[in-house]
Amino acid sequence: MHLLVCGGTGCRASASDSIIEKLKSEITAKGLQDEVQVIMTGCFGFCEKGPIVKILPDNTFYTQVKPDDAAEIVAEHVIKGRKVNRLLYVDPENKEHVSDSKHMGFYRKQIRIALRNCGFINPENIDEAIARDAYQALGKVLAEYKPAETIDIIKKSGLRGRGGGGFPTGLKWEIASKNKADQKYVVCNADEGDPGAFMDRSVLEGDPHTVLEAMAICGYCIGATQGLIYIRAEYPLAIKRLKIAIEQAHEYGLLGKNIMGSGFDFDITLRYGAGAFVCGEETALIHSMEGLRGEPTNKPPFPAESGFLNKPTNVNNVETFASIPVIILKGSEWFASIGTEKSKGTKVFALAGKINNVGLIEVPMGTTLREVIFEIGGGIKNGKKFKAVQTGGPSGGCLTEKHLDTPIDFDNLIAAGSMMGSGGMIVMDEDDCMVSVAKFFLDFTVEESCGKCAPCRIGNKRLFELLERITKGEGTMEDLERLQNLCKVIKDTALCGLGQTSPNPILSTMDNFYNEYLAHVNDKKCPAGQCKSLMKYVIDPEACVGCTACARNCPVNAISGERKKPHLIDTAICIKCGACIEKCKFNAISIK
Amino acid sequence: MATIKSLDDLRKMKESLQSKINLREKGEDPNSHVQIKVAMATCGIASGAKTVMEFMMEELEKRGIDSIITQTGCMGYCYAEPTIEVTMPGKEPVVFGYVDTKKADEIIEKYIKNGELVDGIIPMNYETIDKK
Repeated sequence: MHLLVCGGTGCRASASDSIIEKLKSEITAKGLQDEVQVIMTGCFGFCEKGPIVKILPDNTFYTQVKPDDAAEIVAEHVIKGRKVNRLLYVDPENKEHVSDSKHMGFYRKQIRIALRNCGFINPENIDEAIARDAYQALGKVLAEYKPAETIDIIKKSGLRGRGGGGFPTGLKWEIASKNKADQKYVVCNADEGDPGAFMDRSVLEGDPHTVLEAMAICGYCIGATQGLIYIRAEYPLAIKRLKIAIEQAHEYGLLGKNIMGSGFDFDITLRYGAGAFVCGEETALIHSMEGLRGEPTNKPPFPAESGFLNKPTNVNNVETFASIPVIILKGSEWFASIGTEKSKGTKVFALAGKINNVGLIEVPMGTTLREVIFEIGGGIKNGKKFKAVQTGGPSGGCLTEKHLDTPIDFDNLIAAGSMMGSGGMIVMDEDDCMVSVAKFFLDFTVEESCGKCAPCRIGNKRLFELLERITKGEGTMEDLERLQNLCKVIKDTALCGLGQTSPNPILSTMDNFYNEYLAHVNDKKCPAGQCKSLMKYVIDPEACVGCTACARNCPVNAISGERKKPHLIDTAICIKCGACIEKCKFNAISIK
Repeated sequence: MATIKSLDDLRKMKESLQSKINLREKGEDPNSHVQIKVAMATCGIASGAKTVMEFMMEELEKRGIDSIITQTGCMGYCYAEPTIEVTMPGKEPVVFGYVDTKKADEIIEKYIKNGELVDGIIPMNYETIDKK
């Protein structure tokens, strides 16, 4: 018998360490140490009801266990085999005690569709993929459905593009299929560039065949025989595994000429990107593939009409493709039964930032931010207070505490002033300065702007300069007004999605954290203590004993004073590195 | 290698491959192998999954334990990399996190040899579509 005790940060904060100790000593006292083991585990992701103790082999799941409960668990459950009812999880819907964790609703919060084979199969072995249904959907489509019927299935499923925009995938395919041409192209957009996002990379590294299969299905639907994957060269492992997958699919005749005897030909090649963020925009991506500068062009014409080499081209994101084969095999109704009214299925999110369980998760659309951050994500690191979560990367915005219970879907996030984006979620705590966060993203867009249109090239640079003035304590109220006006102008006039959305991080932080902007401007203070220019290191002459430890460790010799007499920091020289605070044994130095 | 010429071909192939994998996973044969999967996406490799995989391959062979070690993609527990999943014949898979060579040694000695669990288990917190 095994007693598993959660050793995640949340449960440890509520004394799971001493639960383990008590359980162990109870078991030893009863002489059971050879038959029963107490094991500390990682986070169960059920921190709200922690600490958790799970008993194997019967899967009993005890919640909110206290160290004092250890004796009862051992005496009742371990020795007599009777469950301790009062510690069992109570189902919030029917108020019944749930004893087996497999029946807990909590474990239905994550459903893996796009990630179904990630971490399950060996991505370099096509046999394992085939054993898990790879290429079945392609075979079914080629043998049983006409292209229009297949498009209809995708349309009915309600699948929307997972790259950020949320355009209905079926409709996109239909438009591309209706345009006549001697050659058409299917493009997979694997130019994942949002800071903190790694969903597409994980799908390609963990299950490359699903993407290849879906591209072939798309080719069949729109009448294309050529597929191209535009992937950034910074993803060497994903590239390696894609190449192996393409080669193996060729050997089995699942790519190439006359696939599965259907007469349909389809081949896939790779194109490498040099890592420019703007190349995630489909027109810029196509230009980059053509060997031209990665610059966007006005739409229309849409790629579905005139894309790669001026032929009709359908561009979808990795995660969108990864959802397609399952929809074909399980049906559009099944897929449409998951999610919200206008956003169907699941979404993969990359959790990053100040969150305990940094990782990759896949939840049905409509899951709330609270569930994602506090249950699946295990809450905020070091028990700090949640401040905001940034979604949608440099094009998105910050969501705050008041949005925690908003169901996540395409439309709700836009209404809340952010966007779905590709699925990066950066969690921030009370120590993060929101003006600096906005500045970080603007710095990114300034760097990544292709320079083609003036609003983005010049406007974003000016936005960045304004933010820099504010974080340095040189900002004025007029600057705040200018910031807002310029944001609106850029939104309205920039050429492509990158420029039009680049002011979003500023607008959403101004909406939600205007007081922080005011504090920087009026009080010349950074409430989170992040903006170095607004901090001042001061030595308290009462507490300073003149030990000289600070002066000896100051890298720029900004501290002066005689031995055994109070020291003084010259704020003009001080670089605010914090070395003196670390060395002071008398807590005489503080930041003001 | 035989090419797949029709959907029926593919289905037959899937069934034969699946039964092979099922046998491996469910361990209908009590003497069948221990199966180990090492999460080898970029995140795993960056945290040392490759060293762990090599260590386990060498040690399992040295210690005479029949096993199949495969690499796999990201399991999603990036905070606890390197992660490995061990499936003992006839048992549910168990995922271990923060596996370095020391932990790997402990897993071999305690869990694989004696069936005793060790600290650092990552509880699975998602549903697969097979159950739907």
